[in-house]
Amino acid sequence: MRNLPPLHLHIPAPHARPGEAPDFSYLTFPAAGATRRPDEVSPEAEMRDLPYGLIRVLGAEGQAVGPWDPHLPPDLLRHGLRAMLLTRAFDERMFAAHHQGKTSFYMKSTGEEATAAAPSLALQPGDMCFPTYRMVSFLLARDYPLANLVNQTFANAGDPMRGRQLPLLYSARDYGFYSLAGNVGSRFGHAVGWAMASAFKGDDKIAMAFVGDGTTAEGNFHEAMVFAAVYHAPVILCVTNNQWAISSYQGMAGGEETTFAARGIGYGLPGLRVDGNDFLAVYAATQWAAGRARANHGATLIEFVTYRVAGHSTNDDPSRYRPANEARAWPLGDPVERLKTHLIRLGEWSEARHEELAKTLHEEVRAAAKAGEALGTLGQNPPPRREMFEHVFKEPDWRNLEQRRECGVDQ
Amino acid sequence: MTQMSMIQAIHSALDALLARDPNVLIFGEDVGYFGGVFRATDGLQAKYGPTRCFDTPLSEGGIVATAIGMGAYGLRPVVEIQFADYILPAYDQLVSEAARLRYRSGGEFWAPITVRAPYGGGIYGGQTHSASPEALFTHVAGLKTIIPATPYDAKGLLIAAIEDDDPVIFLEPKRIYNGPFDGRHDVPAKPWTDEPGSDVPEGYYRVALGSAAIRRAGGAVTVLAYGTMVHVALRAVEETGIDAEVIDLRSLVPLDIETITASVTKTGRCVIVHEATRYGGFGAELSALVQERCFYRLEAPIVRVTGWDTPYPHAFEWDYFPSPARVAKGLRQALEG
Ligand SMILES: Cc1ncc(C[n+]2csc(CCOP(=O)(O)OP(=O)(O)O)c2C)c(N)n1
Ligand SMILES: [Mg+2]
Repeated sequence: MRNLPPLHLHIPAPHARPGEAPDFSYLTFPAAGATRRPDEVSPEAEMRDLPYGLIRVLGAEGQAVGPWDPHLPPDLLRHGLRAMLLTRAFDERMFAAHHQGKTSFYMKSTGEEATAAAPSLALQPGDMCFPTYRMVSFLLARDYPLANLVNQTFANAGDPMRGRQLPLLYSARDYGFYSLAGNVGSRFGHAVGWAMASAFKGDDKIAMAFVGDGTTAEGNFHEAMVFAAVYHAPVILCVTNNQWAISSYQGMAGGEETTFAARGIGYGLPGLRVDGNDFLAVYAATQWAAGRARANHGATLIEFVTYRVAGHSTNDDPSRYRPANEARAWPLGDPVERLKTHLIRLGEWSEARHEELAKTLHEEVRAAAKAGEALGTLGQNPPPRREMFEHVFKEPDWRNLEQRRECGVDQ
Repeated sequence: MTQMSMIQAIHSALDALLARDPNVLIFGEDVGYFGGVFRATDGLQAKYGPTRCFDTPLSEGGIVATAIGMGAYGLRPVVEIQFADYILPAYDQLVSEAARLRYRSGGEFWAPITVRAPYGGGIYGGQTHSASPEALFTHVAGLKTIIPATPYDAKGLLIAAIEDDDPVIFLEPKRIYNGPFDGRHDVPAKPWTDEPGSDVPEGYYRVALGSAAIRRAGGAVTVLAYGTMVHVALRAVEETGIDAEVIDLRSLVPLDIETITASVTKTGRCVIVHEATRYGGFGAELSALVQERCFYRLEAPIVRVTGWDTPYPHAFEWDYFPSPARVAKGLRQALEG
């Protein structure tokens, strides 16, 4: 007999629960500019340090430093800032609309706006994004009409999804935004297939897909990684690590034993770990991976390290499972504030202009929400009920036709 | 006896078995510290410790696979799938593994697992928080499928399911977690308090799997329903004044075929009500069984009142959900037919 203590089952627990002091000591990261930038087409085997680094461009004072500085024109930076601010205003308004009973559900992306706004601007027209539900800033960075978003949220007659979908589960093909569903992770492989199709056709388009930290535990994530690696698919696979999956901390998805970016190593995919609250770093990493994909060097896994400032959704009260003041202790700051500081430092922005813009966007959202309300909130003036039976198949089959009649919506 | 809502009764069943059987353990997404998004496991981790009730990675396939392994070892895992809509990544594990492990190993291994999942619509949950997937499981040899309609049954059936040595899919009609919804979405929701079936023993008891309950005795027509639809059917009967016999199946597999055939033999008419899509739904099996066993007693074609054969649409919830009016129409059709 070996003299060993009996086995015991390990159950992981986060560093801080309600009533305890926030503790982000598990997050260690290098200073801005410190993580090296290999050539886009370097072999994966020569980049295995990157998943454990952190690509950061913006320093504490808002200066852009290091090899990852994408040297973006101020107009593009202002565009990104606008998209993030607009997202914040939109989220606030729609969240409040839920409390007023105008819609069934809402989820904010507060604190994570850069992880979708920057890729939106870094991708080319014709590329396709396979998003999560926390990426409305991707659409707003491309000037997607607010009216469409509002009307879907209210499921009124103007709803482009014809009353069939929950709020947030948008689809906008012309804007490079693939159809969302409520089940997490199940589109990760679609992005790989889309990218493989582009390669098969000899096109130059790439795909970019996102999942949350929690969702990396789903089989879909791993299956997509294998296919992406095996076929050198021109795809960027991203994990938005906002530290939480509803009440489960990122360690519950295995983030404590390693980094999410390091998941790439086992598949032979380069893994970039990126400061997700640093607009410039997110842009630069996307650009790097896009360049690699377009050069026929295959897929990249990117982890965006960020923080879910708001609750999971309108059904959630995060103070039940994490310290109420945890967001304030988050060490990577706020993406809006950081980009703003950078622009001011460049002499391309000012507090006054920022305030003015915030006010304008607030008004824009208010007007769009009002117009949506006038058209109808949930349950008032929905799309024609007949829409329920459309698009089940390309052409309705006899069941759809009979049931449409039975439902009394045949005209 | 204590007054309990259905969610409290489910919590009480889990509590009772954690206390009674050291081999029972509970896991799933957000069920540990937080107590589950519907609060079914609220406080159980604090009471029984982190190895008896714990969070899992967000992986339904992983949850069910590990439950099967634990069950094969000798434990009695009770897992929660956050919404029945999200059980599909675990479908392979349920169909190819849990359902067949005993059979293919000649009885050497088996999977005494219980998979709890809130299901059904009426909460504006859209396509992915409203589904009724029961027929996906009743079609599979080797799986049991249970659906309670009252707090009393929820507790007794859940205890029986957990103690059962076969894999059990336990679908919880989430629209009636907090009150017996009868399909009238435009009247204020009522709580379970003082409603039939809300008196629940605090301790251990079982409701046998495989037994239906007659919720209303009658002679004119038999109504077969389960879950939320039991309450909708009762409402339709009340509104029409038709002397229907309303049977709450409670257990889809194993099915209480005697109670069904005895009733249809008596009434000669049958209406089947479920919220799931119609085509290939559990109602199709019920209809075939009734036809096979009661054909010479039937005086009219069997009627099905169900959800439409479309995904569950967000904005058209109340056009999709089989309303008391649609059930009433089905009752009249069965009487006239
Ligand atoms: C397949 C599936 N299982 C469970 C759920 C329920 N659910 C919705 S969001 C969520 C957490 C997702 O966490 P993460 O992937 O980290 O994304 P985040 O919400 O943090 O953006 C869960 C469990 C779901 N939508 N789909
Ligand atoms: Mg997350």
